[in-house]
Amino acid sequence: MNDKPAARENSRLLIKLVGLALGMFAFGFLLVPIYDVFCDITGLGGKFDLEAAVVETRVPVDDRIITVEFVASLNEYAPWEFHPAVASMEVRPGQMYDTTFYAKNLTDRELVGQAVPSIAPGQAVRFFQKTECFCFTSQKFTAQEGRDMPLQFVVDPELPEYIDRLTLSYTFFATNQVAQN
Amino acid sequence: MSATVADMHDSHDHHGPVHTGIKRWLFATNHKDIGTLYLVFALVMLFVGGLMALIIRAELFQPGLQFVDPDFFNQMTTMHALIMVFGMIMPAFAGFANWMIPMMIGAPDMALPRLNNWSFWLLPFAATLLVSTLFMPGGAPASGWTLYPPLVLQTGDAFPFAIFAIHLLGISSIMAAINIIVTILNLRTPSMSLLQMPMFVWSWLITAYLLILVMPVLAGGVTMLLMDQFFGTSFFEAAGGGDPVLFQHIFWFFGHPEVYIIILPAFGIISHVIPAFSRKPLFGHNAMVYATACIAFLSCVVWAHHMFTVGMPLAGQMFFMFATMLIAIPTGVKIFNWTATMWQGALTFETPMLFAIAFLFLFTIGGFTGVMMAMVPLDFQYHDSYFIVAHFHYVLVPGALFGAIAGCYFWLPKWTGHMYDERLGKIHFWLTTIFVNLTFFPQHFVGLAGMPRRIPDYAVQFTNFNMMSSIGAFGFGFSQLLLVYVIYKCVKGGAKATAEVWDNPEGLEWTVPSPAPYHTFEVPPVYTPRYGATH
Ligand code: HEM
Ligand SMILES: [Cu+2]
Repeated sequence: MNDKPAARENSRLLIKLVGLALGMFAFGFLLVPIYDVFCDITGLGGKFDLEAAVVETRVPVDDRIITVEFVASLNEYAPWEFHPAVASMEVRPGQMYDTTFYAKNLTDRELVGQAVPSIAPGQAVRFFQKTECFCFTSQKFTAQEGRDMPLQFVVDPELPEYIDRLTLSYTFFATNQVAQN
Repeated sequence: MSATVADMHDSHDHHGPVHTGIKRWLFATNHKDIGTLYLVFALVMLFVGGLMALIIRAELFQPGLQFVDPDFFNQMTTMHALIMVFGMIMPAFAGFANWMIPMMIGAPDMALPRLNNWSFWLLPFAATLLVSTLFMPGGAPASGWTLYPPLVLQTGDAFPFAIFAIHLLGISSIMAAINIIVTILNLRTPSMSLLQMPMFVWSWLITAYLLILVMPVLAGGVTMLLMDQFFGTSFFEAAGGGDPVLFQHIFWFFGHPEVYIIILPAFGIISHVIPAFSRKPLFGHNAMVYATACIAFLSCVVWAHHMFTVGMPLAGQMFFMFATMLIAIPTGVKIFNWTATMWQGALTFETPMLFAIAFLFLFTIGGFTGVMMAMVPLDFQYHDSYFIVAHFHYVLVPGALFGAIAGCYFWLPKWTGHMYDERLGKIHFWLTTIFVNLTFFPQHFVGLAGMPRRIPDYAVQFTNFNMMSSIGAFGFGFSQLLLVYVIYKCVKGGAKATAEVWDNPEGLEWTVPSPAPYHTFEVPPVYTPRYGATH
């Protein structure tokens, strides 16, 4: 076993296996973009692109009404007041709608907020197009400032038949706080 | 004897350890010494992890909060699982691998003895680091062994230490896996073909590849946790565009293969014990090899069955449901073949065989509940309930741990040169088997009735079953002291064991004297499989 060729064979296999282990470590990190791309292509997970959708105007479909519900949530200890202007809307696919969400900074400091959207059911993510949204950029609030933030959206007429109710939810985070802890 | 080991190199017999005393163990490079270290370490950790389990069961003896506060309770569930998985069962099987694989394949030692030393000696440090998190401000992680963010990020000062301990444990097992693969592929006696390798060797070869494939992914995942906590990244932080569900995917990409990393070596041991006490060759050796490989492959594509409730699309649920149920087929092949091995065999029921037969029955119960949970609509009820706790304890305790105990009784005479006390062994078996069922069977019922896992309190109607469970757990724990005593007694003395120990068992390890000399097979033996036709 101490003869040279055997030792060389051992180290060759050793190097390959260490390479495999390192490769799998890298693969673990590669899973992050894979996951994002996968969710993006398939629309699984209900995650949105944080970009305005470009929508060509379409003829609204008359005989279909979709209920869109709005949910605003905060995590524990989040220093905000945050709620939608209306709890839900009845919308016709193809037509543009406007609504707002209200947020108020409850602290005596300046806060930067970021809303993270999500939709249920997740399959609807590609058919819910936001042409304008306060979630596209971070929102700066001075101490105790409160304001309405705009949202403009279209529900794509291609939305699968079996879906007649969408829930759009936002969680509002203080980003300068996230960076702190 | 089938294999000829005529030249046992009598002239070299005086070769013992180079160092004596503590140095023998610190600088150990001999596979038998390192095997012993692993096994002793695992036995110690069995009691450390077991103590934590008893704290959990003491608290759950009655509803309400008795002994510990809820945060400490959750630290116990987390640490119990991490220690049992990474500190007890994996090192135990690494110990078996070190001791037995070189002897089974006619190799003089492990291929990389110094790496081997390192793999072992990382463990005590990693385990100490992990346990020490209990004494840090804020306590140990209380998120459960799955370490889901954002919960795990609320761990106190201990957080980076716990992650670092997991890194070390992972590195140790990757190094052990590499060593095992190199040994099997390069040091096997030339007269043994790959397919002729004994099942324990096959199981470990496949397990080692699984380890190298998934352990680094866990290391990556926990590194991301560390970065989210300290370097302001947002891998799992929704506010920064990340997604906590991603962690679940990464964890279970490791986690499901991990459960097979735990069980495959036990499958290997059972595949030796049952033929030996049935006095028949293993039924369908090649089918067993293919089934094992098939299980290992499938185990890499079923991970999301742990996540059915996160809100997966239908297509994903269907895929993971059917892929998971598919695993039951190769697993069924194995159960069938073990049973067929016993069929019309000349059975005797020594302690290792008793544990193997109990394994067969009780592991199968765990397999059945696994298939139940694989069905998406049913899993919505079972998920995060005590039903799951019952499932995985049936596959882990009377599954993996019984495999290890069976192997321990089976090879103890080979290791020590003495027969263990058969009467005490049988008593140990019956106590263990009765108490393990008393502990875990009632958990099916409370789980179905809605008792959630990882909660220190419960609704009063679950009290009776929980009391049974707690009594069983204490009985089980104390019965293991008997195991320690039997091992101790066997090391100290007892009837002399012959080279074969049992009734003409198959395998190269039975051709060397008992106790196995410090150096074996310095010249590769000629291996002639006894049952050539069936291989
Ligand atoms: C036929 C084989 C098996 C099937 C179909 C199966 C299926 C499952 C499923 C679907 C779950 C997730 C349940 C849930 O969280 O809702 C689960 C959990 C689990 N299984 Fe299995 N399983 C099998 C065998 C095994 C084996 C052999 C082991 C280990 C030796 C094992 C260990 C575990 C563990 C530890 C968990 C719980 C993980 C956790 O949430 O902490 N299973 N099993
Ligand atoms: Cu699994």
